[in-house]
Amino acid sequence: MASSESRLRVRKEDGITQVEFVDRNILDEANIQRIGEEISEIIDGDARPKLLISFSNVDHLSSAALGTLITIHNRLKQKGGQLRLANIDPQIYEVFMITKLNKLFDIHESRDEAMESFA
Amino acid sequence: MSDGPAENQRPSPRQKASVRLHRFPEDLPAVQTEVLEAVSAHEYPGASEFALRLVLEEAISNAFRHGNKSKPDLHVDVEWTVEPDRVVISVEDQGAGFDPESLPDPTDDDRLELPSGRGVMLIHAYMTDVSYNERGNRVTMVYKRPS
Repeated sequence: MASSESRLRVRKEDGITQVEFVDRNILDEANIQRIGEEISEIIDGDARPKLLISFSNVDHLSSAALGTLITIHNRLKQKGGQLRLANIDPQIYEVFMITKLNKLFDIHESRDEAMESFA
Repeated sequence: MSDGPAENQRPSPRQKASVRLHRFPEDLPAVQTEVLEAVSAHEYPGASEFALRLVLEEAISNAFRHGNKSKPDLHVDVEWTVEPDRVVISVEDQGAGFDPESLPDPTDDDRLELPSGRGVMLIHAYMTDVSYNERGNRVTMVYKRPS
């Protein structure tokens, strides 16, 4: 699904699209816009998308990345889709806590737990 | 003040420096790298490096986007001083300035789904002290080493 230049690893399992980031700093300013565009294409390609984003390779995140995640959340909500986040490093989770975005996103400790949570 | 981002060919990271940035985000990583190398030389904990990397990105992004309104002919000045017990970073843009007190709270329930408006909040959350000049186009951020 992703092109050879993609900074995402994408695979589909049981109707759920799983996305991982290739680089540890993939959510920085230089990359986040492109990441958002790639994930938007995934959402556009599915009638009622179910998306699981894993942060297992990510050790940094800024408000630009949060903005992209919120845009993804809003697009999925409009399409009646579902979004889960998983494997978030404690330092990064603290950013979600400070901004109270842990209330907006459905966050799970592990990929397996997130997979089981889809309706 | 040196012109452009921190240079790659240096014997060691500068503990105190001023740089003028012209491009965003292209000029950001070199500044982050040099400041964090200076911080690492003082053996600050990993959480400190996470916090400082984050606020550098937030403050410089705000300066280019909101301060300079992404005008390509405008620059942003960054100064830093890294000491054993504290780090001081200032970021100044060429814009008209802003009133930080006027910003809405991005954690309000009716604002949670808005994709922007969290940078200043994160700076205040992670730094020990944050102050602005009278015009509001220069932010000075102080980070004290955790005890």
